Amino acid sequence: MVAQGKIVWISGPAVKADGMADAKMYETVSVGDAKLIGEVIRLTGDVAFIQVYESTSGLKPGEPVIGTGNPLSVLLGPGIIGQIYDGIQRPLKDLAAKSGSFIGRGITTTPVDMEKQYHFSPSVAVGDEVEAGNIIGTVPETSLIEHKILVPPDHKGGKITNIVSEGDYALETEIATVEKDGQSFPLKMYHKWPVRQPRPYLKRYDPTVPLLTGQRVIDTFFPLAKGGTGSIPGAFGTGKTVTLHQIAKWADSQVVVYIGCGERGNEMTEVLVEFPELKDPRTGKPLMDRTVLVANTSNMPVAAREASIYTGVTIAEYYRDMGYDVVLVADSTSRWAEALREMSGRLEEMPAEEGYPSYLASRLAEFYERAGRVRAKGSPERDGSVSLVGAVSPSGGDFTEPVTTHTMRFIKTFWALDASLAYSRHYPSINWMNSYSGYLADIAKWWSENISADWLDLRSETYGILQREDTLKEIVKLLGPEALPDEEKLILEVARMIKIGILQQNSFDDVDTYCSPEKQFKLMKLQVDFYNKGQQALKDGASLADIRSMDVISLLLKARMDVKDDEMPKLDKIETDMIEQFKSITGVKVQN
Amino acid sequence: MSNQGGVQYSKIAEIKGPLVIVDGVDNAAFDELVEIETTDGERRLGKVLEVGNGKAVVQVFEGTTGLSVSGTNAKFVGKVMEMPVSEQVLGRVFDGLGRAKDGLPEPVADSFLDINGAPMNPEQREYPKDFIQTGVSVIDGMLTLVRGQKLPIFSGSGMSHNILAAQIARQAAIIGTDDSFAVVFAAIGVQYSEAEYFKRSLEESGALKRSVLFLNLADDPAIERIITPRVALTVAEYLAYDLGMHVLVILTDMTNYAEALREISAAREEVPGRKGYPGYLYTDLSTIYERAGRLRGKKGSVTQVPILTMPSDDITHPIPDLTGYITEGQLVLGRDLFRQGVYPPINILMSLSRIMKDGIGEGSTRADHQEISNQNYDAYSRAQEVRALAGIVGKAGLTPVDLNYMNFGDEFEKKFLTQAIDENRTIEETLGLQWSCVSKLPKNELTKVKDKYVDQYYKE
Repeated sequence: MVAQGKIVWISGPAVKADGMADAKMYETVSVGDAKLIGEVIRLTGDVAFIQVYESTSGLKPGEPVIGTGNPLSVLLGPGIIGQIYDGIQRPLKDLAAKSGSFIGRGITTTPVDMEKQYHFSPSVAVGDEVEAGNIIGTVPETSLIEHKILVPPDHKGGKITNIVSEGDYALETEIATVEKDGQSFPLKMYHKWPVRQPRPYLKRYDPTVPLLTGQRVIDTFFPLAKGGTGSIPGAFGTGKTVTLHQIAKWADSQVVVYIGCGERGNEMTEVLVEFPELKDPRTGKPLMDRTVLVANTSNMPVAAREASIYTGVTIAEYYRDMGYDVVLVADSTSRWAEALREMSGRLEEMPAEEGYPSYLASRLAEFYERAGRVRAKGSPERDGSVSLVGAVSPSGGDFTEPVTTHTMRFIKTFWALDASLAYSRHYPSINWMNSYSGYLADIAKWWSENISADWLDLRSETYGILQREDTLKEIVKLLGPEALPDEEKLILEVARMIKIGILQQNSFDDVDTYCSPEKQFKLMKLQVDFYNKGQQALKDGASLADIRSMDVISLLLKARMDVKDDEMPKLDKIETDMIEQFKSITGVKVQN
Repeated sequence: MSNQGGVQYSKIAEIKGPLVIVDGVDNAAFDELVEIETTDGERRLGKVLEVGNGKAVVQVFEGTTGLSVSGTNAKFVGKVMEMPVSEQVLGRVFDGLGRAKDGLPEPVADSFLDINGAPMNPEQREYPKDFIQTGVSVIDGMLTLVRGQKLPIFSGSGMSHNILAAQIARQAAIIGTDDSFAVVFAAIGVQYSEAEYFKRSLEESGALKRSVLFLNLADDPAIERIITPRVALTVAEYLAYDLGMHVLVILTDMTNYAEALREISAAREEVPGRKGYPGYLYTDLSTIYERAGRLRGKKGSVTQVPILTMPSDDITHPIPDLTGYITEGQLVLGRDLFRQGVYPPINILMSLSRIMKDGIGEGSTRADHQEISNQNYDAYSRAQEVRALAGIVGKAGLTPVDLNYMNFGDEFEKKFLTQAIDENRTIEETLGLQWSCVSKLPKNELTKVKDKYVDQYYKE
């Protein structure tokens, strides 16, 4: 029995309807004569409070509200990769085909092309027992993704009584039939899943493998693990979006879900223009072949912005269940929180800090808890992960505001963007003193097994130099640099070199935009060697001026741009040059 | 409620601040346009903010001063507020609600457009990449404006933002095209003299006949300011996407807009966000700023230069803060530079143009443009550090390289940043000046530019 009521009150995206006694919480409903899409968010007697995902302009009391009986769900099947969706999984291309350059209202579409024929290869046979989560066949989706067709995770399972042979089928085709207790269930290449409900898995692992992004300050200093959570807060103009784009471009995951949640329209356009052109550094295939975009820009209806986060994470979990590593980037969770705040205000709930609802923290916790590296349900055995990276846009750049403080409680890697670094054009403007990563110890094993056993020590040494500089800077501010002894001036010098040569990274430079872990390690090693040799040289009588005038310094600073990932011998050459030059400056002094 | 000639009239139950509550409403729509008629025949416009249970909350654009509960009627017009548009709007002056203000008859309309517009489909956007030469060195060289961009000026009270905006409007040109372009100017609660300055400036340059002016002056009703930017942008979108023109929209001063929004929110007794501004200020501002852009398959473009004055020069105040999160960069005017008499007093370190990188370089400006700009940023930021240090330890405590940076800083502010309000520099002149500034530094300090450019442009 679906609910059929009438609108009694409208204020912006919030609508009240009566006669809705049959409605369920979080059920999607069709609102008004224009058939706008909405969702029930509160029930009081027979009055339903509905958030509407489209503009309510022109809506009148008395117009009908009709329930659908289903919660807000996404359609999961081949054809998702490469799409750009709005917050409720409507392809923006289809919206454009129906309403032109500007987004119209009351448009219904299907999330993927239901007519298209996909080449299905079965991996089970008649008579096989299957259970929830089992792979029953595969479909090539893009050049990078082989789509696994799953028995839905809430399915009872049973015996396969019918399966189609290898061939081309549309999504609605019944490709298999499962029988259990005398009942038969048809299976198709897609299923639906409610977005607010996390998809189940078998068990969870500790994240121990780093998510390599090719960004030195992230991978080397404040790493994220596959299945981990990270947050990147920063005032406007500090480079949040560029950093997130870099992660989406270069992260070594197999699928990327990018959610533009209440952000700029042109930024989504930029991704759409750029990603098909860019090649994945590991496979050489276009990046768009592994990317899904969910775009609900700032001027699009605010309720759909709230839904976009859940739409995105459910898609991410679906690909995780196939055994893929997925990165989900959400820009920006603050706008999502603002959408919560707006609806909460219209519901006249008692506000907590800064007008945000009291359940802000628990909603954030639920969202970040959907990250993880897991063993998927069903056979064959496979592991996948969802890593979550959320941008935060703190008002006034103030990290003590509610969204930032609550987010910090639920994430393990924190990349603090710093406006003063951005003002001096130090990009990415991740402040190395305020940022942290809780995965360092977990992933050190990976670095030591795959790159070098010295990795963790070298990282600590490099970070130690930066920390020393931070304290020395205070003295310099009061007394000037000349007040320091040479050994300490060398610390300032090397810290400057580390900032320019390692921490800074130019996303728009063809070489510097991505840095392999091998190169990251080597650049770090060179700087630490330089520091140690420099201190030794000072002891051996060389002057700081001698060290400063060494030609190798500018090579070290420019190596990040001059040396490509496949030209590592060039870095060895810089190392031998460095040893030679140190020999010559100390040698001269000894002869005198 | 009474019916006269098929139109519904309702009684007013309550008046508070800019809002009237209308009773006995049974057929009003959310967002619908309302005409309020007083006993002596005066008409005011408003729109429905909330409707239900027989009541409608109506926001009156002209304010509620002089309205009384008895005898005042509300008429629900049956449509949302629309702006009549046609090519004839060019050269005309309108009030803040889009009604002719220059004594001429209303222009004949080709169509009537919803002033709220509709969100552009991101998939249909064309990424902005055409360089606009403004003739202002610091903008062209380091904070490039691109067609379809939204680049606000963050100013403070009394600073030269309007002079700068007028200069941009007069001089803005796309090199190597003869596409038609237009200026849409929306004055939102500004003083008469400022609006007049702008108008005169367009007149003198002969640009007035391809401009459209919307004037809500300081003594005009405050609530009207909610509408002014929207009617202006509706006209701009029409000129751009229906007539294929490149439109530069100047909105001044967005601070007044936000204050009007706060007034309504307070009257509705909504839970406030920061500093009493409504929690939806970000979303509301975005429905204005996001109307800049370009569309696939359409010739025209809408470029926005909104101006706002930061209360007590505070960039973390909600208005500049939320604006900066939506716009594609910001031009920040600096009080120190302004005091020193520098024009334009743009603080480059706090300023940014996000889509500059796509509008410059080989084929549009020059191959070394990005790198020389980065070098100037780097050097200027270092110069500021050195100046701060010199303030403590004195010039004597500085190294020779530090002194080079101080010289660079002076040269940069005096030769490159400073220019006359009618001085229109070409991009070649601008780039040349950037190179003469960095040439105050020794060659090996130029770490941001490729050696080949240093060889080509460095001035010994």
